[in-house]
Amino acid sequence: MSFDATYKEKKLKSVGTRPLRPDGVDKVTGRARYGADFNMPGQLVARVLRSPHAHARIMRIDVSRAVALKGVKAVITAADLPDLTNGNAALYAILDNCMARTKAFYDGHAVAAVAAIDAKVAREALKLIEVEYDVLPHVVDVDAAMAPDAPLLDENLFTQGIDPAPTTPSNVGNRSEFGHGDVESGFAKADVIVERSYKTEQTHQGYIEPHACVASCNVDGTAEMWVCTQGHFVYRQTCADLLGLEVSKLRVTSSEIGGGFGGKTHVWAEPLALALSRKAGRPVKLVMSREEVFRASGPTSQTSIDVKIGATKDGKITAALATLRYSSGPYADSWAETGAMTSFACYDLENVKTVGFEVIVNRPKVAAYRAPSAPMAAFAVESAIDELAHKIGMDSVELRIKNAASEGSRSSYGPIYGPIGIGPTLEAARTHPHMSAPLGKNQGRGMACGFWFNFGGQTCTDLNISADGTVTLAVGTVDVGGSRASLSLIAAEELGISYDDVKAVIADTSTLGYNDMTDGSRGTFSSSMATISAARNAIVTMRERAALMWDIPVEDVAWEEGHAKAVGASYDNRAPLSVKDIAAEAGNTGGPIAGHSELVADGAGVSFGTHICDVEVDPETGATRVIRYTVIQDAGKAVHPAYVEGQYQGGAAQGIGWALNEEYVYGADGRLQNPGFLDYRIPVCSDLPMIDTQILEIPNPNHPYGVRGVGETSIVPPLAAVANAVSDAVGVRMVHVPVSPPRILAALNAKAKG
Amino acid sequence: MTSIAVSTTINGDDVEFLCRADETLLDVLRNRLGLMGAKEGCGTGDCGACSTIMDGRVVCSCLVLGAETEGREIETIEGMANGSDLHPLQSKFIEHAALQCGVCTPGFLMAAKALLAAHPDPTEKEIRFWLAGNLCRCTGYDKIVRAVQDAAAEMRGEGT
Ligand code: FES
Ligand code: FES
Repeated sequence: MSFDATYKEKKLKSVGTRPLRPDGVDKVTGRARYGADFNMPGQLVARVLRSPHAHARIMRIDVSRAVALKGVKAVITAADLPDLTNGNAALYAILDNCMARTKAFYDGHAVAAVAAIDAKVAREALKLIEVEYDVLPHVVDVDAAMAPDAPLLDENLFTQGIDPAPTTPSNVGNRSEFGHGDVESGFAKADVIVERSYKTEQTHQGYIEPHACVASCNVDGTAEMWVCTQGHFVYRQTCADLLGLEVSKLRVTSSEIGGGFGGKTHVWAEPLALALSRKAGRPVKLVMSREEVFRASGPTSQTSIDVKIGATKDGKITAALATLRYSSGPYADSWAETGAMTSFACYDLENVKTVGFEVIVNRPKVAAYRAPSAPMAAFAVESAIDELAHKIGMDSVELRIKNAASEGSRSSYGPIYGPIGIGPTLEAARTHPHMSAPLGKNQGRGMACGFWFNFGGQTCTDLNISADGTVTLAVGTVDVGGSRASLSLIAAEELGISYDDVKAVIADTSTLGYNDMTDGSRGTFSSSMATISAARNAIVTMRERAALMWDIPVEDVAWEEGHAKAVGASYDNRAPLSVKDIAAEAGNTGGPIAGHSELVADGAGVSFGTHICDVEVDPETGATRVIRYTVIQDAGKAVHPAYVEGQYQGGAAQGIGWALNEEYVYGADGRLQNPGFLDYRIPVCSDLPMIDTQILEIPNPNHPYGVRGVGETSIVPPLAAVANAVSDAVGVRMVHVPVSPPRILAALNAKAKG
Repeated sequence: MTSIAVSTTINGDDVEFLCRADETLLDVLRNRLGLMGAKEGCGTGDCGACSTIMDGRVVCSCLVLGAETEGREIETIEGMANGSDLHPLQSKFIEHAALQCGVCTPGFLMAAKALLAAHPDPTEKEIRFWLAGNLCRCTGYDKIVRAVQDAAAEMRGEGT
């Protein structure tokens, strides 16, 4: 049945309220089961042996002593994972990243794995595996990797997207370009030009729960996996492809997930657990240590970005140009392309050009991290805009308002915008009391904007009405931060029943059709679309059942406020039938009542945010404190405002960590120096102030309630907002994040020396 | 390796268990006693997800050896609610949306409980420093601090 997703303004009863979340009690009592909280009878414990070298050819692996150790039930190397990828480069990269095949490409790259009766035996077994390496020159820095004399990771990599095609290999996988107009003539018209180079360091999503799974392969070709993931259907597909299993025979159940932020959209060690289980004939539990999470699961790109912006004296931007280099780990990917698309998305530009270069380096394979690639591009662009405003002598909010994109603008990455929130968030910032609050000594203020596309995608949902009229909603998008509450609200709204009568669960891969990941801020957007569609289908059935109960034509049955109503003068005496009334009779009117829906959720509304940040910098130590922070963002429609605020605050906090502290530090030997929370310091409670939020609601025309994704945009502006604030406080333009104490002191020293 | 017999008190009950010398309290709780509420976020004392209370003090159970708990009193998240009555901190965490993924929540609740036992009327700064050993990557801490403030008020009988 066709589904009309168009936004229609109406008074909402449930959507927009703040009820208690359905998984709350489990989570405050310790009952909620996360990845590592599940066990199977007879399960073995897996451990992974990892390369200590940043770049090395694997000459020989001898596992015989490990195999001989008492209590060891299986040992695997790449030889146990034959290449079934059939020329699919992206899948091959996943396979090679799971277990190095010919070369170890980074410190932490898996080379072998064991399953043993307990962790102690497994650890001992790792020590007995002999690996002979031929250590090769390595490169970890994105700029160094582009130098002509850089060590090559892949002798067969020739940059694509360049005409004529290069004849020598390099570490650059691809060049992409976006934009319109003619930037050269635009710069010619400019009165003022700002041109700078920026750098951002590699960060990790830093979810508190390490990757964990329990895999169980049976001799009959069936298999099960319990795993913390943002997308169990995608994990199923990828694991089945890599191991040569039939997709439908692998049943994947997603655990409660202890944070993902994009990092649990990619498989890491799960195929190893399955391969070990297959070899040992027993269930295998694999839990990564924190050190492994840092060394071998996905960080962001390290980036190097040049920006040039020209404007007239009165603040109209005439041209904008950005060149972006993103590291992707050892395999070519498309992170710079995304960065290039998002760079200038906030602005309405006549002449704009962005060029992205994908650079491979000896670091872990890059993974998505909340609005992947956008924060770095926004750091560079929003820093340049800030500098431009100073140069022109214009307020930086005014300058942005003057150039902000609006409905009908052509975005810098191509499409024409519908109704969007960049202008309104800027207007809200201009009048926000934060913007005019006085600042003290050593304090500074910065602001910045951010953009994210938001995804839709494949979604499948079941809505079952029980005999007592309560509703079970089975969705296939993993709940990463409260979507079961939001989706229950949506179902309650559409059916016209109470939130308390809806129970949402995440179905496993064998009980529901395929669903894409919970990524791209799609969880609530797309599953709410599918939930509305499923509810509407259930209403069709309930109207039919009511018609049967009344023995009248179905056309005479309307659905209003959770009740079937007989429409027509002759039906005056019929009291409306509630969901409960109809459900109670279901056995006599045709059996169980359910609504099903499968769709591709199109039209995810783009989202924009504007952040304001105050900092205080200690000029002696270079330490920075964020003393006030405000997030203003368009949600389209906030389904559960408390969790929308939570997404805004959480993204801002992650961005603040990125801006001030977080970074992968490599030694000259190419080894990661800080694979732990002590030395890779994410913000703690005493580092942060309260984070104020302002939710704007500019309805997404392509969603029945106007919902846009809300999860990611909040991490985009903070790098620039914080860096602009620090630049304001210390009087030096900070161009390298994190703006950690050593970088601030270096900038202050350079300023003092003139 | 021979195991060590340990007698201790967990959530008010006498508990006896055997453990190896190198097993942590966290290992014992999770792998031997089936108390999975404490989480291992790091295993090195840096994240607080494994926080439990030992003799009235918050400890990282990943840094305490199982054998060290002989004769001690351990409180874990599983003992926080009184039967089916949630502790005010538990209720306020749900009410204030102070959890998103919730994996840090048991640790925060343990730390906050110890805080309120020592400081029934904490300032925001005291809350932030008492909870600084517990990492949360999802919330930005704002709603956690507010939930603790509100629970403290309720426990002082001020209501809201
Ligand atoms: S697991 Fe104990 S502090 Fe992190
Ligand atoms: S709620 Fe996810 S880490 Fe705190």
